[in-house]
Amino acid sequence: MIYFDLLLGFLKVGFFAFGGAYGAIPLIRDVVLSYGWMDEEMLAYMIAVSESTPGPIMVNLATYVGNTQAGLPGAILATLAVVMPSFIIILLVMAVLKAALKNPYVQAVLRGLKPCIIGIILATGLYMVLHNCLGSVRNVQADAMAVILTVILAAVYFIPAKMKKKGLSPVMLIGISAVLGMLVYGF
Amino acid sequence: MPILLDLFLTFAKVGLFTFGGGYAMIALIEDACVSKKAWITHDDMMNVTVIAESTPGPIAINCATFVGYKQKGLPGATAATLGIVLPSFLIIFLISSFLDNFLEIAWIANAFKGIRIAVGLLILDAGLKMVKKMPKKKLPRTIMISSFVLMLTVNVLSLHLSTIVVMLAAGIVSLMIFIGTKPAAPGKGGSGQ
Repeated sequence: MIYFDLLLGFLKVGFFAFGGAYGAIPLIRDVVLSYGWMDEEMLAYMIAVSESTPGPIMVNLATYVGNTQAGLPGAILATLAVVMPSFIIILLVMAVLKAALKNPYVQAVLRGLKPCIIGIILATGLYMVLHNCLGSVRNVQADAMAVILTVILAAVYFIPAKMKKKGLSPVMLIGISAVLGMLVYGF
Repeated sequence: MPILLDLFLTFAKVGLFTFGGGYAMIALIEDACVSKKAWITHDDMMNVTVIAESTPGPIAINCATFVGYKQKGLPGATAATLGIVLPSFLIIFLISSFLDNFLEIAWIANAFKGIRIAVGLLILDAGLKMVKKMPKKKLPRTIMISSFVLMLTVNVLSLHLSTIVVMLAAGIVSLMIFIGTKPAAPGKGGSGQ
C-alpha cells in the first residue's frame, strides 16, 4: 500500500540521514529510486528545486514525493514521517541532557566537537562565497556581478554590526539579496 | 501573544527564509531566539548545533524541537516543529501541484542567484560569531583550524568526506587527551558517571 510505503520510506530517510542534507542525498536517492517514486532525472531536478526553495531539502523532497504519489494525504504523511525521527530523538536527548552535560567524559567529547563544527561551518561559508564568485576548481569562471553583490551585501550586513549599530537582520538580508538578484541578473 | 503561537510564528518565519541547508539557519535562529526573544543563550545554541549535527535529520527540525521543548515542553516542541515545516510544505505542495517548470521561471532563478550570495555570508557570519565566543585556548583553536582547513580542501576539490567522520575524529582526540591528562589531578572528579 502506497501510504505504508511512504511512511516507511521516509521514516528511514529521517532516521538514517546524518550530517545534513548533502550527506543524506545518497540515502534519499536509494529510497526514492528503489520504490520507483522518481527517476534519476526527476530526482536531480527536484534537488535543484529544493535548493531554490526555503526549508530543509529532506522535507521538501518528502512533500514532493508524497504529493505526486498520493496527493495531499500522501504529502502530509511523508512530511511527518521524515520529521518524526529527529523530533523524537531530540526529545530523548533533552531528557538526559542536563545529567549528560555534567559528565566529565561527555564534556571532553563536546570540547572537541564544538571547535570542530565551528571549523566546518566557517569552511562551508567561505567555500560558498568563493564558489559564487569564482565558480568551481574544474571550471573557474569569475562572475563580476556576483563579486559586486557579495561586496554590497557584506558591507550592508557586517559594517553596522562592527560599529555596534543595529544592523540588518538575516531575514532582511535574504530579502534584499533576492531583490538585488532580480535586478542585477534580470537585465 | 501566547507562547505556543509565538513559537509557531517565529519558527514559521525562520522556515520561510531558510535557504541552502541548515548552517544558514543557525544565523536566523540565533537572531530570532537568542538576540530578539532570549529564549535560549548562545551557549544553548552551540550545544544544539552539536546535538543536531550528531543526530539524524535536518538541523532545522532538531533546533526547532530543542527550543520549543525548552520553552513549553512537548506542546512547545510540536508548535515550533510544525512552524518550521509548514512554509516549505506549502511551497513545495503548490509547486508540485501546479508548476512543471519551476526552475525555468527567470525571475525566480535570478532572485535565487542573489539569495545564494546572502546565504554564503550568513553561514560565514554564524561561524565568525562562534569563533569570537570560543574559549581562547590552544586545543580548541588547533581543532577548529584543522577542521576548517580539512573541510575547505574537501569542498574545493569536491572530495567525499562526511562531516560525521571529521566530528567523530575530533571527539575521539579530545576524549583521549582528557583521559591521558586526567590522573594528574586527583583533587577533582570522582563524581562522574
